[in-house]
Amino acid sequence: MDYTATQSGFRQRKLQPNMRLRTSLVDGSEGSQLFEDTSGAASGPQTGNQQAGPQAAGFPGQSILSDPMSNLAMAYGSSLASQGREMVDKNLDRFIPISKLKYYFAVDTVYVGKKLGLLVFPYMHENWEVSYQQDTPVAPRFDVNAPDLYIPAMGFITYILVAGLALGTQNKFSPELLGVQASSAFVWLIMEVLAVLLSLYLVTVNTDLTTIDLLAFSGYKYVGMIVGVVAGLLFGRPAYYLSLLWCCVAIFVFMIRTLRLKLLSEAAAEGRLVRGAKNQLRMYLTMSIAAAQPIFMYWLTYHLIR
Amino acid sequence: KALNPNRSTTCENNMAFTLYSLIQAAILCVNAVAVLHEERFLSKIGWGVDQTVGGFGDEPGVKVQLMNLVRSVRTVMRVPLIAVNAVCIVLLLLFG
Repeated sequence: MDYTATQSGFRQRKLQPNMRLRTSLVDGSEGSQLFEDTSGAASGPQTGNQQAGPQAAGFPGQSILSDPMSNLAMAYGSSLASQGREMVDKNLDRFIPISKLKYYFAVDTVYVGKKLGLLVFPYMHENWEVSYQQDTPVAPRFDVNAPDLYIPAMGFITYILVAGLALGTQNKFSPELLGVQASSAFVWLIMEVLAVLLSLYLVTVNTDLTTIDLLAFSGYKYVGMIVGVVAGLLFGRPAYYLSLLWCCVAIFVFMIRTLRLKLLSEAAAEGRLVRGAKNQLRMYLTMSIAAAQPIFMYWLTYHLIR
Repeated sequence: KALNPNRSTTCENNMAFTLYSLIQAAILCVNAVAVLHEERFLSKIGWGVDQTVGGFGDEPGVKVQLMNLVRSVRTVMRVPLIAVNAVCIVLLLLFG
């Protein structure tokens, strides 16, 4: 009897700090959370149920919890944790714009599926405009044309793993090779984004493409690379070349159609022929950005299939 | 598909890039831009500051943008480059 009482009391003591911390997190303002729930699902009823459950069971054990030392320690610990979290939030926000990044990860399964299909087969898609909602672009979850960072990030990681697998079939694998592949692919990505930024500055294009947008667009080619390498691993070199060719053309068309609306002027984007050196320069810029993607796709994967 | 014995195992010919080599390349490039002297060199080849006379339209052109970029890099990076180069030299001397 006594043993079970203390045992349940001990468990109550463990439960209650967690519950208290959870409610304080939920009650806090949305901006102070580092990872807010962007799924849009009703998280209110869930936490309500969680609150009701342990609290009802906690009342019998309340008397055991009145130890002043543990109270003091809990209060101090929770205040220290919230102070630390504030400091981290403040400093992190200075270097990496967390709120802007959250927009790029607000995706769901339907969007990812549609976007992957679009990356491999962009020929049937008609409307490439990003829809806006009162001056801010709509979250990727609601618009398949919006760029996101989830697919590039996952594609990058998958590419590293598939490259390790491919090198393993050539008996060249070693664990540090994964790190070498990762860092060199990352370096190429950074160089490509910097080159695109430089050329956008030189051509003085008035566009609302941010750096993160460019990072997202440059990261979309990893999908094609993975498809090519996996096909090459499964079916041999001809399959690698065929699938890589298909994905290269698809990414070329995808980039042209996406960038056309952002870089070119209104008239040129609609397809009317507009003369002028500036429009020509912008067209060359769009073409070269799109053409750089297949080149990189081949450059980063040809050594994997031998 | 027998492996050619002459083909070395360094299939990662382009794959030895690390972030550190990117940083080194960036430092070298910025050094190269910082070394271009305004009077002695840039004016002589027509890239001086006084030659950026352009119309007031919205057509700066690639050359003017490039000249502005060179000038701003020189102005901004002059002092930090001293520190960065010193650090780089010390690291290279110590660790090769």
